[in-house]
Amino acid sequence: MLHRFAKFVAGCTVLLVLAGSLVTSTDSGLSVPDWPTTYGWNMFTFPPSKWVGGILYEHGHRLIASTVGFLTIVLAVWLWMSESRRWMKWLGAGALGAVIAQGVLGGLTVMFFLPAPISTAHAGLAEIFFCMTVAIALFTSPRWIDGYRGHIVSDRNLRIFATTTTAIVYCQILVGATMRHTGAGLAIPDFPLMFGHLWPTHWDAKIAVHFTHRAGALLVAISVLATATTVFRRTTAGELRRPAALLIALVIVQITLGAFTVLSRRDVWINSLHVVCGALVLTTSLVLTLRTWRVKFSGPVRAARAA
Amino acid sequence: MRVRNIWIGVLGLTLAASIVACGGKKDELEAPEAGGGAAATGGGPKVDAATAGNIEGVVSFDGVAPKNEPIKMNADPVCVKENATPQTQETWMVADGKLANVFVYVKEGLGNYSYDPPAGPVTIDQKGCRYHPHVFGIRVGQELDIVNSDPTLHNIHALPKGNAEFNTGQPIQGMKTMHTFTAKEVMVPFKCDVHGWMNAFIGVLDHPYFQVTGADGKFSLKGLPPGTYTIEAWHEKGGTQTAQVTIGAKETKTASFTFKAPATATD
Repeated sequence: MLHRFAKFVAGCTVLLVLAGSLVTSTDSGLSVPDWPTTYGWNMFTFPPSKWVGGILYEHGHRLIASTVGFLTIVLAVWLWMSESRRWMKWLGAGALGAVIAQGVLGGLTVMFFLPAPISTAHAGLAEIFFCMTVAIALFTSPRWIDGYRGHIVSDRNLRIFATTTTAIVYCQILVGATMRHTGAGLAIPDFPLMFGHLWPTHWDAKIAVHFTHRAGALLVAISVLATATTVFRRTTAGELRRPAALLIALVIVQITLGAFTVLSRRDVWINSLHVVCGALVLTTSLVLTLRTWRVKFSGPVRAARAA
Repeated sequence: MRVRNIWIGVLGLTLAASIVACGGKKDELEAPEAGGGAAATGGGPKVDAATAGNIEGVVSFDGVAPKNEPIKMNADPVCVKENATPQTQETWMVADGKLANVFVYVKEGLGNYSYDPPAGPVTIDQKGCRYHPHVFGIRVGQELDIVNSDPTLHNIHALPKGNAEFNTGQPIQGMKTMHTFTAKEVMVPFKCDVHGWMNAFIGVLDHPYFQVTGADGKFSLKGLPPGTYTIEAWHEKGGTQTAQVTIGAKETKTASFTFKAPATATD
């Protein structure tokens, strides 16, 4: 039951990420100028008839965030009361701390007119929180607890590949968030070329950030491909092969969405789905990584070298 | 211990990205002019009305005026109801070759004169989910009354570079908010984040010599002391043009400007 609830919280967080990305994509971040109130109303009593224009996105984001915050409180308390693993209690508490900090960052960015550093930190912490909810869902799953039926893969190379890939994906997301919140999304307006060439013909700060994101996409693709290839070569374990295959599929979708974000001149939905897919790439990579590290966690089952 | 180090690393990366983002600018706004501030209007002699002259002129448009972008107000049913006819942006207001919504002002040449305080407040009204007026001027320290005449809510969001940014919600019809600018700045963009099509521009000056052209493209800067002036004409898409004009005592001189559509103008 706890595992199902944790999965539900993680699913709601995907919706929250989508809602947040829609706020930025529609440039609605300041359509509600006050915080934590909404045009002077208590957030929860703001009349639905006034959810118009950009308010629909910004106020909707706040309500979904509040819901996720409430669910996280329940999850943290549940973990604290029922978990025998001490570190899981603290992971729940950490997730609660993260979602509170995330709410405060969201409020600050509104009150200070969306300064890029705060907005970028808001985006970066959102990914960390999402990772925490996914990790909690994974750690509470029966298969994780029983050690994948006694056959835990223990492969140092896999751990290194998967961990490195997850770190690279997170860095790439931070670069993407920086690009998004500094208005550099179309600093290089064409794709796959850059100003009609293979290399930018001129540079400024925005072009540099945009270029870094494109170069980062290449690095992520190579890293994911290397990790997935290593997984398929070194183990037959489904718990590693499945996320590896999903990771490749998501990266293909993500690069396609990124290309169409530029080609469509930042279409609202394509742009927003690009953000959501990026978060899914990160958490899929995280699941793969954590499973490669399962052997290092205490458990009732023995470790079996797969390769 | 190792897990803690990973968390520290992740949070450090987030912080680093935030610091990198510090260099970003969301808007390329015109830099405020030097020497702004309410103090610039005081201290010097008053303009002698007996010797004051005028600068008049017309702002024209050369070529075929670009089509103004149509506005879709579907995001707010109230806005749809308030506008019986299709709405467009007010970017290129051209009639008989004359260009409206051009802010013309004395950019340079005024000494350290002091001027009478403004007669009263300037008002910007949110009506029909549009700003009225679309382009206007105000003095440093002069009261700006922001009114919401619409039966829907608006936020008025000013994006100055030299003045303090503000974003005020007006959820109730008839609400009025007052604001003053502390430094001269040409121009300060206004936007409504609720209704993305709403935009206005305000020129903030420390002297009274400015005007916005009407449908006939005409402007008149009256009561200028004798001297040589740089007159600038600003248009939201057409950019700026300047002219040097020298007037003697009680003289009236003309200065005309002609704008063309930028090569990539679409609205």
